[in-house]
Amino acid sequence: MTLTGHTSTRKMLYWGSHYLMIAAFVIFALFPLYWLLKVSVTPNDILYTEGVRMWPSRTTWDNYTFVLTQSNFPHYFMNSVIVAGTTAAVTTVIAALTGYAFSRFAFRGKVIIVALMLITQMFPLVMLIAPIFKILAPLGLTDSLTGLIIVYTAFNVPFATFLMQSFFDGIPKDLEEAAMIDGNTRFEAFRAIILPLTLPGVAATLGFVFTAAWSELLFALMLVSSESASTFPVGLLSFVSKFSVDFGQMMAAGVLALIPACLFFLLIQRYLVQGLTAGAVKG
Amino acid sequence: MTLATQTGKLPVERRGGFSKKLSGILEPYLYVSPALVLIIAVMLMPLILGLSYAFRDIRILNPFSGGFVGMAHFQTLISDQAFLGALANTAWWTFGSLVFQFGLGLILALLLNRAFLGRGLIQALVFLPWAVPTFLSGLNWAWMFNPVVGPLPHWMTSLGLMAEPYNILSDPDLAMWGPIIANIWFGIPFFAITMLAALQSIPKELYEAASIDGATTRQQFVSITLPFLAPTIAITLMLRTIWIANFADLIVVMTKGGPADSTQIVASYIFTQAFRRLDFGYASAIAAVLLVLLLAYALSVIALRRAMTHSDN
Repeated sequence: MTLTGHTSTRKMLYWGSHYLMIAAFVIFALFPLYWLLKVSVTPNDILYTEGVRMWPSRTTWDNYTFVLTQSNFPHYFMNSVIVAGTTAAVTTVIAALTGYAFSRFAFRGKVIIVALMLITQMFPLVMLIAPIFKILAPLGLTDSLTGLIIVYTAFNVPFATFLMQSFFDGIPKDLEEAAMIDGNTRFEAFRAIILPLTLPGVAATLGFVFTAAWSELLFALMLVSSESASTFPVGLLSFVSKFSVDFGQMMAAGVLALIPACLFFLLIQRYLVQGLTAGAVKG
Repeated sequence: MTLATQTGKLPVERRGGFSKKLSGILEPYLYVSPALVLIIAVMLMPLILGLSYAFRDIRILNPFSGGFVGMAHFQTLISDQAFLGALANTAWWTFGSLVFQFGLGLILALLLNRAFLGRGLIQALVFLPWAVPTFLSGLNWAWMFNPVVGPLPHWMTSLGLMAEPYNILSDPDLAMWGPIIANIWFGIPFFAITMLAALQSIPKELYEAASIDGATTRQQFVSITLPFLAPTIAITLMLRTIWIANFADLIVVMTKGGPADSTQIVASYIFTQAFRRLDFGYASAIAAVLLVLLLAYALSVIALRRAMTHSDN
């Protein structure tokens, strides 16, 4: 009797502290986002006088309507959607092919290619800014969305490949071998049988790459100079430096920038853990 | 025919022929080639070109630049106080960010590894900072550190950490904490995701067997969980160290390396040289030094790991 009472108190204490710590993490993760939202709906005239209040006495959607109707942000937004969307799609296709080859074939030079991809994860990408600029300029690919897409795709392929590979490793080889005995080519088997089974992996890779391309700032700043090819990060940063900064509008634009990346991420974060688990099992 | 079936070589052998065999050999390369072409063209070639820039005078707005200058950039570098300061700042930035990202990330992963009500939703929420574009988190954190519009200085004052609310981003002694805290916020999910994945791959039977044998939770953690996590911890810590050392976005957005270069890390210094001064030659020389340092770090970690695993056997 006393024993069970004792353990149940301990259990309650354990779960109490468990939930308390979880709550601390949730608050730490969400508070900055809450603050972003708060500033974006605060009317300009009380932005500073009520700067540190947890919630303003009045709220407004003016910042949002201004950003959506009178600024360049819808244009930047579209540019970012095009760049991040295309990068995610192209990277995932390339990474699926390469990841599949890493998972299923033993071939000459494989070790070197894997090592090359690992090394690309190590060196300072800032180092590539100048040379990439010099290479892309004569091709007319600076100040263009296509140029950004090519660069982002290359940067994201290595990690995406390893991610896809870990998903393929989790699928038994017998499946496509059976299909090949039935007379299909390996590529047909890959497309019709294996790829549908790795849809969570494809989703995780898509989401991961989309988020990365959506956020990229430094290369976008260096490679793009015109308004017409600016992506969201560049637009937002120019907002800070060019005009007398209107913080409410800036934060409203920021909240809008947050939506696609967060939606994508919420959808795929489960698969991301799954993919890395599969990789860990193998490794 | 039957023999081929048994050895599992049927698909290739049955269709036979030299061209089939050749395409069998070439097949993996077809899958790999798009990635390979892209990486060579957009990463490897620029890397080599960038290394060559380190020995040349390359300034974008100067049409007479482009000449070979030998080791001149490196000689300037040795006595460049801003660079030497940036080296020390890089160590501080990387170490400060990494310790908290890893420690808190591991704790979060352990918390999420237990089934509880609403875990799916909680997991999605706590991982969210990772999806926030870094320029935006930089701007937002800079805003929150501002005493006029942000709550943090007031909280720190009430906690007695500050005499009166002021902006730590404009205090050379404390400014680095701003980007570091933003980076911790941004980076915890990465460690939590990787550690959680590793935790979930530990066979449950091990814990069952251990608790039948009467092992306490603490003993189970030390003798099952930690050894299983160790390889993942080692590799992610190494990769993240390099990644954080190279990560300039938050600093560029929040402090631009200031005040008085107190938050300038090597990566942001490279960016300043390339972007603001358009001096690509000097920027490349700095980048080359950073690359060498990071490679030396990676190699010594790998060597250390190898030595440790060998001594175990």
